[in-house]
Amino acid sequence: MSNPPTELLPTATNKSGTRSAGVPTARGRTGIARILLGRDTVMIYALIVFIIYAALFIPRFYSPVSTGFLLLDVIPALLIALPMTLIIITGEIDLSVASIAGLTSALLGVLWAAGLDIGLVLIISLLAGMLAGAFNGLLVAVLGLPSLAVTIGTLALFRGLALVVIGDNAVANFPPALTSFFTSKLGGTGIPTVMIGVVLVAIIFGVVLHLTPFGRGLFALGYSKEAAIFVGIKVVRSKFWLYVASGSVSALAGIYWTLRYSSARSDNASGLELTVIAAVLLGGVSIFGGKGSIPGAIAGVLLIGTINFTLRLGRTSDVVLIIVTGTLLIASVVAPSIIDGITKWLHTRRHRRTLPQASASGATRATASGVQEGK
Amino acid sequence: MTIGTSPPNTAGTRMRRTSGGLASVLRLRELPVTLALIALVALTYLANPLFLGQQGMKDLLLNATIVIILAVGQAMVIITRNVDLSVGSILGIVAFSTGTLFVAVPGIPIVLIFLAGMALGALLGSVNGFLVTVAKVPSLVITLGTLYIYRGLNNAWAGGTQYFAGDRPDSFGALSVDTIAGFPLITLIAIIVVIIVAIFMASTRPGRDLYAIGSDPEAAKLFGIPVTRRVLLAFLSNGVLAGLAGVLYASRFNSVGATTGTGLEFDIIAAAVVGGVAIFGGSGTVVGAAIGALLLTTITSALTAIRVDKFWQQAIVGLLILAAIVIDRIARIRTAKKLRHSEARDV
Repeated sequence: MSNPPTELLPTATNKSGTRSAGVPTARGRTGIARILLGRDTVMIYALIVFIIYAALFIPRFYSPVSTGFLLLDVIPALLIALPMTLIIITGEIDLSVASIAGLTSALLGVLWAAGLDIGLVLIISLLAGMLAGAFNGLLVAVLGLPSLAVTIGTLALFRGLALVVIGDNAVANFPPALTSFFTSKLGGTGIPTVMIGVVLVAIIFGVVLHLTPFGRGLFALGYSKEAAIFVGIKVVRSKFWLYVASGSVSALAGIYWTLRYSSARSDNASGLELTVIAAVLLGGVSIFGGKGSIPGAIAGVLLIGTINFTLRLGRTSDVVLIIVTGTLLIASVVAPSIIDGITKWLHTRRHRRTLPQASASGATRATASGVQEGK
Repeated sequence: MTIGTSPPNTAGTRMRRTSGGLASVLRLRELPVTLALIALVALTYLANPLFLGQQGMKDLLLNATIVIILAVGQAMVIITRNVDLSVGSILGIVAFSTGTLFVAVPGIPIVLIFLAGMALGALLGSVNGFLVTVAKVPSLVITLGTLYIYRGLNNAWAGGTQYFAGDRPDSFGALSVDTIAGFPLITLIAIIVVIIVAIFMASTRPGRDLYAIGSDPEAAKLFGIPVTRRVLLAFLSNGVLAGLAGVLYASRFNSVGATTGTGLEFDIIAAAVVGGVAIFGGSGTVVGAAIGALLLTTITSALTAIRVDKFWQQAIVGLLILAAIVIDRIARIRTAKKLRHSEARDV
């Protein structure tokens, strides 16, 4: 128990007791420095650097056609990453997002094939996604069941319902006007028209998370649930609506997926949940909750999307793509730990040299972290 | 929960369970899943007696074998309040390496194949364990990363290559065909694995430590349990079992290639959760996980046997998982209430 209390504090408030080692370095900074050197901002720099590199050195990258295909590919992940960021910040998770997208896609196909008006079909599909999200919210927020287990269950359930709805059929004959709208571009820029909607959704989530009391409450909730209850944050209601939002946005992604590829199948978007979570975590959102930002998460999605796209342009096989995704994810979370460990070790060594008599490990550790505090 | 009481307390409950009567049987965490399995098998049998015919039984056991082994390993990891999402990728890479070994080294003894597969699994599992314990990053993130990396390595190695049953000696394939007393050989291997791991978890010091770590990692550390080494052990064991499952996969199924074992991870976690292993660690048994695996794989066959539309199968699996979580929560609330009452009496 020779550790100074500042060392124990972050771990003590955490439910799993292993808060990532990035905490001490971020704690000391304030104001502009905190914004400019945060983990999520670093991801934005990485994205910008990579885009500049790709534009200069990768042939055919800097063209409207490339921009168009790149954005069309990342839109589903980009959409789902928004509510996922909020959910992970509160310390929960939603693994059922891709299944909700699949279920929406299946419903869309079957209802359209049954001859309903396309406007009505879209509304019903969106409502189905909201309902699926509300079901998750009921189990996680209202009944207080663990979200990891619950959403593994609903991952199977919603994908299963998609199969029940559409079986192994596929519906492809959507109105051409609609499907061509989903692949259309804004003039000669190559930016897909749908991006207007995506940006709008992103702005809504960004404002809600960063500029409203509700959003600030989510951070508090993720950092310490007890404290959040004490300061009067409505925990149950907040979490419930987050899952409803997640279901609705997943439904939007499912609708987009169906109309972009003009194919409604039960296995649409399967496996997307892992891609989204990997991208969000890469973008600096902490899996323990309490930390992260919408711009960071978007940068994470775009970085993985851009790297994949350039590798594909360079004819690199899909093999490397998934290795890159995995390595980036691990490197981004392990690097802060390693850097922290090295700084600690260097401090300890320096103090050993200057104070050779202080050999007790407790004393050296105390000075090491003491120095870090003063930094 | 206080540190001092945690490990002895669980040992105490176990002793009481063996000596107690009906009441203690009713408290077993494995009870709901066992009853569900019995009910499922009985009802299906009544509807279609062929379901439990010689061939039907054999198919049931064969389908469950690989999932059982993976669920047992996953249960060990989940009990320490961690999770391993990379098992499907480990299984895939080991299954492919098994196929490769048979072609590269003609006439290689089958024992060596098993050892090689388990060693590769151990290596991949300990990479997970090392990253989780040394870098102190949550296992969900690390194993999500290694899920992609191992799968990528498998893709890079296999490319478009696939090995088929014809590339492997008949005696290896016979492991999934020959039976002893109605049990296929690979199922017997799985049963032996379940027994060994169950004994390890229930009555050895390191096994009990895993429960202590899962119920309160901080307390376990203060209590003097080598948390890092134990968690590493759990990941390593899970890797070994995933490796074993990979070798058996190569014996059971015709082809192994780049995509073998894709998307298995959630099925395996689901099997453990359905079998009563709490997702936040500290409780549940590997026997429960094995029964959970058997239940989930049996549902598929049962639905086919009673001619339910096969498309319903996954939705029913989803509902089962949710039911298991709700049952677990109810049991937990009741235990908490009972503990409060008994503590009040003691005071």
